[in-house]
Amino acid sequence: MTIGIVSAAYIAAAVLFILSLGGLSGQESAKRAVWYGIVGMGMAVVATIFGPGVGHWFIIAVMLIGGSAMGWYVAKTVEMTEMPQLVAALHSFVGLAAVFIGYNAQLELTRVQGLDEVARQALQGFAAILAHKSPVEVSILKVEVFLGVFIGAVTFTGSVVAFGKLAGKVDGKAKKLPGGHALNAIAALGSLALLVMFMQGAGIWTLMLMTLLAFFIGYHLIMGIGGADMPVVVSMLNSYSGWAAAAIGFSLGNDLLIVTGALVGSSGAILSYIMCKAMNRSFISVILGGFGGTTGPAMEVEGEQVAIDAAGVADALNDADSIIIVPGYGMAVAQAQNAVSELTSMLRGRGKTVRFAIHPVAGRLPGHMNVLLAEARVPYDIVMEMDEINDDFPETDVVIVIGSNDIVNPAAQDDPNSPIAGMPVLEVWKAKQVFVSKRGQGTGYSGIENPLFYKENTRMFYGDARKSLDDLLHLIRS
Amino acid sequence: MRVKIGAPKEIFEGESRVAMTPDSALQLQKLGHECFIEAGAGHSAGFEDTAYTKAGVTVIGSAAELFGAVDFVVKVRPPTEEELGRLHSGQTLISFFYPAQNAELLAVAEKTGASVIAMDMVPRISRAQKMDALSSMANISGYRAVIEAGNNFGRFFTGQVTAAGKVPPAKVLIVGAGVAGLAAIGASTALGAMTFAFDVRPEVAEQIESMGAEFVYLDFEGPAQDGAATGGYAAPSSPEFREAQLKKFRELAPDMDIVITTALIPGRDAPKLWLADMVAAMKRGSVVVDLAAERGGNCDLTVKDEKIVTENGVTVIGYTDFPSKMAAQSSQLYSTNIRHMLTDLTPGKDGVIDHNMEDDVIRGATVTHQGAITFPPPPPKVAAIAAAKPKEKAKELTPEERKAADQAAFRKATRSQITLLAVGTGLLLLVGAFAPASFMAHFVVFVLACFVGFQVIWNVSHSLHTPLMAVTNAVSGIVILGALLQIGSGSWLVVILAALSVLIASINIVGGFLVTRRMLAMFQKS
Repeated sequence: MTIGIVSAAYIAAAVLFILSLGGLSGQESAKRAVWYGIVGMGMAVVATIFGPGVGHWFIIAVMLIGGSAMGWYVAKTVEMTEMPQLVAALHSFVGLAAVFIGYNAQLELTRVQGLDEVARQALQGFAAILAHKSPVEVSILKVEVFLGVFIGAVTFTGSVVAFGKLAGKVDGKAKKLPGGHALNAIAALGSLALLVMFMQGAGIWTLMLMTLLAFFIGYHLIMGIGGADMPVVVSMLNSYSGWAAAAIGFSLGNDLLIVTGALVGSSGAILSYIMCKAMNRSFISVILGGFGGTTGPAMEVEGEQVAIDAAGVADALNDADSIIIVPGYGMAVAQAQNAVSELTSMLRGRGKTVRFAIHPVAGRLPGHMNVLLAEARVPYDIVMEMDEINDDFPETDVVIVIGSNDIVNPAAQDDPNSPIAGMPVLEVWKAKQVFVSKRGQGTGYSGIENPLFYKENTRMFYGDARKSLDDLLHLIRS
Repeated sequence: MRVKIGAPKEIFEGESRVAMTPDSALQLQKLGHECFIEAGAGHSAGFEDTAYTKAGVTVIGSAAELFGAVDFVVKVRPPTEEELGRLHSGQTLISFFYPAQNAELLAVAEKTGASVIAMDMVPRISRAQKMDALSSMANISGYRAVIEAGNNFGRFFTGQVTAAGKVPPAKVLIVGAGVAGLAAIGASTALGAMTFAFDVRPEVAEQIESMGAEFVYLDFEGPAQDGAATGGYAAPSSPEFREAQLKKFRELAPDMDIVITTALIPGRDAPKLWLADMVAAMKRGSVVVDLAAERGGNCDLTVKDEKIVTENGVTVIGYTDFPSKMAAQSSQLYSTNIRHMLTDLTPGKDGVIDHNMEDDVIRGATVTHQGAITFPPPPPKVAAIAAAKPKEKAKELTPEERKAADQAAFRKATRSQITLLAVGTGLLLLVGAFAPASFMAHFVVFVLACFVGFQVIWNVSHSLHTPLMAVTNAVSGIVILGALLQIGSGSWLVVILAALSVLIASINIVGGFLVTRRMLAMFQKS
């Protein structure tokens, strides 16, 4: 294939990627949009393989088939509740690949520069591009390689830690080494110094040392963030993996890589912004970890948490006409989505209005709850966003809160001293009756007391969410 | 040893309630207690002895025997001296007691050595609401007051347009929006009347409106009452406030068909709020129900326990036994309150009573204990209700102000956009001045792609954020191109690293796309 055809394929692929992301604006068009993405990717890969200057086809074939088989296996077997881990793991791959490719560019550059004039003319493909660079272009290339490796390395360890936290293999709490963010700052400054040395021709060891520092930054940054902030972390890493691809695109002079990297990078950035806004926190304060300082003592919570058993909840549900279910991470942990779905269809079968209210940061991944409910065959048109449904709570008979805490905390509105003051929350307490399904009396991730649990119209339905719902199903069915 | 709990028949004239129902007895037995009842005690409330027997309650022939047989006596009305005489040391009596008004009775109770828990002394904190018998009785009174008023009111509550002519809706004024007042509002609006309500505590306006009544606002400048400071009850008001209030009532009186007054101030006589001249101003056939009759009445003309008709044909009802008129309902609620009290006294649910004088609720309600008077109780350790935080009202903007604000916002947005564009252009120029042309070509592509990305992603629906992440993940597997371009290198190290990159990037591509498809296939319409 000639350069012209390859370029044409790249343009088509870029357009298809844009259409693919744009198609996600609705559930139906999204199904088509994935195909755009797949076709675009196929075209890009085929055009590159059969384009000029690519060799070692046997190795390529083996690696492609092996990687595809692994990808296929993972995608088929993953549980929907494990989605956050999977996404984080995939991010780490992009980061690692970016590191490798960055190193390759540097190795190749050193090799090409070592060759004599005649040998240079004989080069093909990537090496040929490198051979024809002017000295200014070479120094820009070095910056690009350095950046690509840095971002890739941060993405890699960051995603690995995020994966560990989401999969429960690493303690989910925010943890920092002594020195906190000063350590990160020192590592970043060190990397900057190494960049200067690298530019002055200090050799590949500076690149390696910088990689280690970047690995540390990625690890330490994500270790310091936990729990409810994970959706921001995951979308932030998503963004980083895009920027890493874009930086690699610059160093290789490949426009498709740049376009795609920029698309992914901005997508992740917007998602992070949306998540932060949903928690009424600035991006900086999420990255720096922990909740912002409080300005005074928290409001005293008065009263007691009144428990109720499944029979009581069943009675209330039988009497109710309109019901809203508010799922949270607890539902995912208990794998209760199928029981929730069954309860929903049973109640809907009796002519009751059942809807779901989803807070933007419910779960550990943007849109986590929607996917779980979709998996359990809850129709998406009864799954509402916070803004769509928040005004309907006063006319609602029963609200069932399943495993969420901070996103239904009235202190966000009532108590200016609360750490989550000002965060938009679902106003469940305005409903006539609220049932909270919860494992025990403890506080949620943020450790904030939730006055909702003490309200007069709130009853606590203690126990594992799945078991509680199964009991409830049993009672309602009979 | 199982604790024995017994309910005697109420001996107060006309009292139909009973402190234990078959239902509450079942629950008490679950706590490990044994239940007794005097023969015929539940008869007037609609609970026959056979029903009690069926619930496992032992029926005892006479009150004297019952007092002798049990450890806990549960009652509704305050005990008479005769009843107190039957108590002995070690026994506990739970009933209404009104220790502040019944000092002599309290002295008699002290001498018996028995403990007395007064249901009317349960502190008003959230935890104790389940045993707040005053509230549950007030609820019934409020409801019944509306029914009683309807009984004496010759017209419909609801407005109707019928073939036989138009009927205007009845106008009901409720004075005092405590528990009874709110219950009355609920019953009255449910019957279809136009309901107005007044309370000295402005913070209850929200509750009144939530029940469907209109809050009667006073034009009164001055410090408003903070109900939180007095445990949720009203406090006496200043003379100026009272004047303003009476003026408002005088204005309303000719229009109102039914007036229900429920205003009480703890520890004082009921305030006179509906004066004789207001009654005189009312229409013939109107009804005043005074729920404060027990404490002297809110209306000048109220006669305790009686119904009178004034010269201008206004009925003034001063009954004090509304709960007893609905004995089945009130016995059910009261016995549940009693049961909750006993639940708190039996923390282990094992039939062992722990009269814990450290507990705010139990301490507050206990008026004699182990031969000593324990009234009045110390103030509870926690405040009853959190002080209401003054709300900042959003200022109503005039159209001009709003226009000005809109314009200012628009100007601000324009300014920030122009600043951003200027800074961006400046930076680009700076880069362009130093970077070679080949870099700038790529840079343009990069900036445009970022821009397109921002525009496209904003439209992605919230529910598809997870598929979006999966698909961008797959797409970012595009780094495979870089690896493919490098794999043809002459250096083996480069080939190995590139091959590894191809491997992991293809995991990403295939895994990402497949998992997205899997997710999207699950989304379905109902």
